Amino acid sequence: MNVLNFMQSFFSDGSHWHGYDGIPQRVWEHIQYTAGALSIAAAVGLPIGLVTGHTGRGGNALAFVSAGARALPTFGLLVLMFVWLGLGIVPVMIPLVVLAIPPILITTYEAIRTVDPSPVDAARGMGMAERKILFQVEVPAALPLILSGLRSAAIQIVSTATIAAYVSLGGVGRYILDGLYQRNYEKVAGGAALTAVLALLVLVLFWAITRVAVSPGVRRRRTV
Amino acid sequence: MNGFFDIPSDLQSSYAGLIGGHMLEALVPVLVGLLLALPIGLLCVRFGWIYPPVLWTTTVLYAIPSIAFFVVLIDYTGLSRTTVMIPLCLYSLVVIVPAVVDGVRSVPEETNAAAAAMGIGTVRRYLQVQLPIAVPAIMAGLRVATASSISLVSVGSLIGNQGALGNLLTTAMLYHRPLLAVNSVVTTAVLAVLIDALLVLLQRVLTPWQPPSSRRAGRGRSTIPGPTRTPESVS
Repeated sequence: MNVLNFMQSFFSDGSHWHGYDGIPQRVWEHIQYTAGALSIAAAVGLPIGLVTGHTGRGGNALAFVSAGARALPTFGLLVLMFVWLGLGIVPVMIPLVVLAIPPILITTYEAIRTVDPSPVDAARGMGMAERKILFQVEVPAALPLILSGLRSAAIQIVSTATIAAYVSLGGVGRYILDGLYQRNYEKVAGGAALTAVLALLVLVLFWAITRVAVSPGVRRRRTV
Repeated sequence: MNGFFDIPSDLQSSYAGLIGGHMLEALVPVLVGLLLALPIGLLCVRFGWIYPPVLWTTTVLYAIPSIAFFVVLIDYTGLSRTTVMIPLCLYSLVVIVPAVVDGVRSVPEETNAAAAAMGIGTVRRYLQVQLPIAVPAIMAGLRVATASSISLVSVGSLIGNQGALGNLLTTAMLYHRPLLAVNSVVTTAVLAVLIDALLVLLQRVLTPWQPPSSRRAGRGRSTIPGPTRTPESVS
């Protein structure tokens, strides 16, 4: 009757560990969805956030767009795309990307915008080109915050990708949904545990990236 | 029977009924979350050491998908609206607690000192001095929590007829009627935008000392409402 018991019996059942419905296969699918959606969202959100943050223009438009994207229900969007486009990876990717863009966009914009203006002015005074100022002064200083935006987006995608199972795709959401319909709580608890573990792995991954990528000088100042 | 606002009878609700149910299921959890977050925030500010564990617990809870939450809760609360509302309440806590803590921490030390010098006690100082000053930060969190709560109610349709507007989605799948899904998505989005606008109005009312023009701040100050440390949200 206990969630922990459910998890234990799920993970100790050998049949859950191989084959088409095995844990490695499902986790791999989940990672693929997450990585795909995050890359697309980052490819869209990062450049726009960097440019608007650097120029300081378009902040209101950005707030408007991201509020709009936040208002769209992810689950509803998924079903809508599925009904329109049929089965496939695209109807799953669209809602996940829409979900991930606002945190990336807003955090990048804010990160660049709130960089201490004095080094930026100094760089400009030294005659650095605007592009160089952005990438060599502002981005390194704003990197911790930019990464935190990406991290939020990644965690949102990881736990939301479970609904991909609702439109017959894979991922660890399969266990949750199948378990729900079969009244098999072991499966549900196992799927939930796998999602939580994946989310924690994302946290660890981003912690590691921050350690490697953020310049020590910046890291010392930001002890958040 | 194919009009935009025609709702199939198996949903046992009119269009207005679905909207009412959606609002109930989305807003009550946020309200409860706010009421819980205020004392928790006070404790986190007073005793700094409990803040990290609180943050960690809520973040881990946040990472659990709502469907999984529902299924675990069905044993206790059945296929009811409560089952949908409990996870939503937990999720809003994750967003609102940091907003409260950040907002209260941003109150200038001189203000606190002045209040203390005037003989205002801890609880009264919290309610009458710190919270009003923290309103913009709390509102930012509240707006994010409300938007995600409105969006998440739909997932409740996975555990039977508990998703309000989300129930249209399951019916759309079942009978392959895309229009119902469009209706669900559009109505939910419109509701989210309307409620957000109401919250912005409420903030104007609650912070009469802030001129609207101060929202357009110079470089180095935030122009966009919403916590920069974006919360890790879920499905």
